[in-house]
Amino acid sequence: MTAALEMIAVNADLGGRPVLRDVNLRVDTGEFAALLGPNGAGKTTLIRAALGLIPLRGGTVISSGAGYVPQRHEFSWDFPASVEDAVLSGLVRRIGLFRRPSVAHWQAVWAALDQVRLADLRKRPVGELSGGQRQRVLVARALVVSPPVLLLDEPFTGLDMPAQENLTELFTTLAKERAVVMATHDLAAAAYTCDTLILLNRTVIATGPAADLKDPAVWMETFEVGPGSHLLKALSLTPAGA
Amino acid sequence: MSPLQFLTDLVNPDLAFLPKALIIATLAAIMCGVVGCYVVLRGMAFIGDAVAHAVFPGLAIAFLFSGSLVVGGTVAGVVTALLVTVFAQNRRLKEDSVIGIFFVAAFALGIVIISRAPGYAGSLQQFLFGSITGIPDRDLYVVGGTTIAVLFTVLLLHKEFVAVTLDREMARALGLRVFWLDLLLYVLVTLAVVMAVQTIGNILVLALLITPAATARLLTDRLSVMMALAPAIGAGCAVIGLYLSWSWDLPVGGTIVLTLTAAFLVASLVAPRHGVLARLAA
Repeated sequence: MTAALEMIAVNADLGGRPVLRDVNLRVDTGEFAALLGPNGAGKTTLIRAALGLIPLRGGTVISSGAGYVPQRHEFSWDFPASVEDAVLSGLVRRIGLFRRPSVAHWQAVWAALDQVRLADLRKRPVGELSGGQRQRVLVARALVVSPPVLLLDEPFTGLDMPAQENLTELFTTLAKERAVVMATHDLAAAAYTCDTLILLNRTVIATGPAADLKDPAVWMETFEVGPGSHLLKALSLTPAGA
Repeated sequence: MSPLQFLTDLVNPDLAFLPKALIIATLAAIMCGVVGCYVVLRGMAFIGDAVAHAVFPGLAIAFLFSGSLVVGGTVAGVVTALLVTVFAQNRRLKEDSVIGIFFVAAFALGIVIISRAPGYAGSLQQFLFGSITGIPDRDLYVVGGTTIAVLFTVLLLHKEFVAVTLDREMARALGLRVFWLDLLLYVLVTLAVVMAVQTIGNILVLALLITPAATARLLTDRLSVMMALAPAIGAGCAVIGLYLSWSWDLPVGGTIVLTLTAAFLVASLVAPRHGVLARLAA
């Protein structure tokens, strides 16, 4: 296995307050990892640190190039752009200053749309897409540069069930050829579909396949809940003595 | 007055100020229409308003020292845009508060400065509400050159401006220099506004920036179409507005703005798919 993304002893601040401390993790090519933790645990900050979007206060990020799928609300969906225009915007640096997209760039756009199965909607205005389709557009925009790592920030927020399942299937497919890291609050689905779970609360509390994370203590520590929590019951974890 | 008579007046050498005003109003409307598309799509109408007011102290200083109004206004607008961009980095204050502080301050400074000029009441009214007389010939070259520069810059950096507008977070992740692109956009807005201030006036210039772009947005879902329609609507309304103001002896700035507003109202009625009539028919 080759590491597609590695974070070593990473510390990062947000607004002067330390958010991440001593984060160590490694995600390999072919691995679908879920980043789990409560709000404020630093999931988005970890993703932004992995992308080099915020300065590190210490530590190292080793990445062979990551594609970013930010939260859906960051995108101006009322903008008069078609699906293919939106995906093309992921190539803005690659096309270069003062230059126009070439045929090869458009072919990359169409290939990315094929991968997320939106090829037939490429001319549709982005404002007319459903939530699941919008998420696919953002994934295609990240895929258009063929990144070895895909970082997804809460892609399921506000999506209904078939949309969530279809996206999960897409991410599983995409993870065959690259590393996929997905921040999510859907613990049960993550435990069922992802190869690895990363439990984060300011630092990595535990990491491994769901089958190896049977100790309720790490879940209680990550999510700051007591032994009677619904969360543990939903994940079929029973604390010792309960 | 018939349109034919208007054409005769345009070529009448005694009325040389009229074609000058027409050219400047049209070019300014084209610039404002193009730049206004970004302003409308980014929801930064308030910034447009701020920049429009911020050019005022520059105009006042230029007026006091008989300098170029265009240069004075541009400098003042860019300085205010810089102040807003820098102070908006402070996370405790939202950008709109910072803008609120600086644009009123700039306007106040302009009022204080121009009050030092003898007989300032008349010139104040000209600045605020526009006038078609008293445009020096060299302004034609300045406005023409600025139009070319602004349109060329937009052409070169269009996809970067679009990327930043679509998704700032992603634009940063892609490595675009968002701060500099923002600042450059403010400068473009400032230039477009300054060119329009003389004919249409400081208070009303916002209409030239926002209304044509908003009207075009109602009519299309394609950015390229919108960016062609907006300057066309702006220029068309500038010409019609000037004609109406000349025929009926109405204030030029106000007439152009009301013409633009009429175009907006018509568009919101007849717009395909999303207009009032289309929705009633559906």
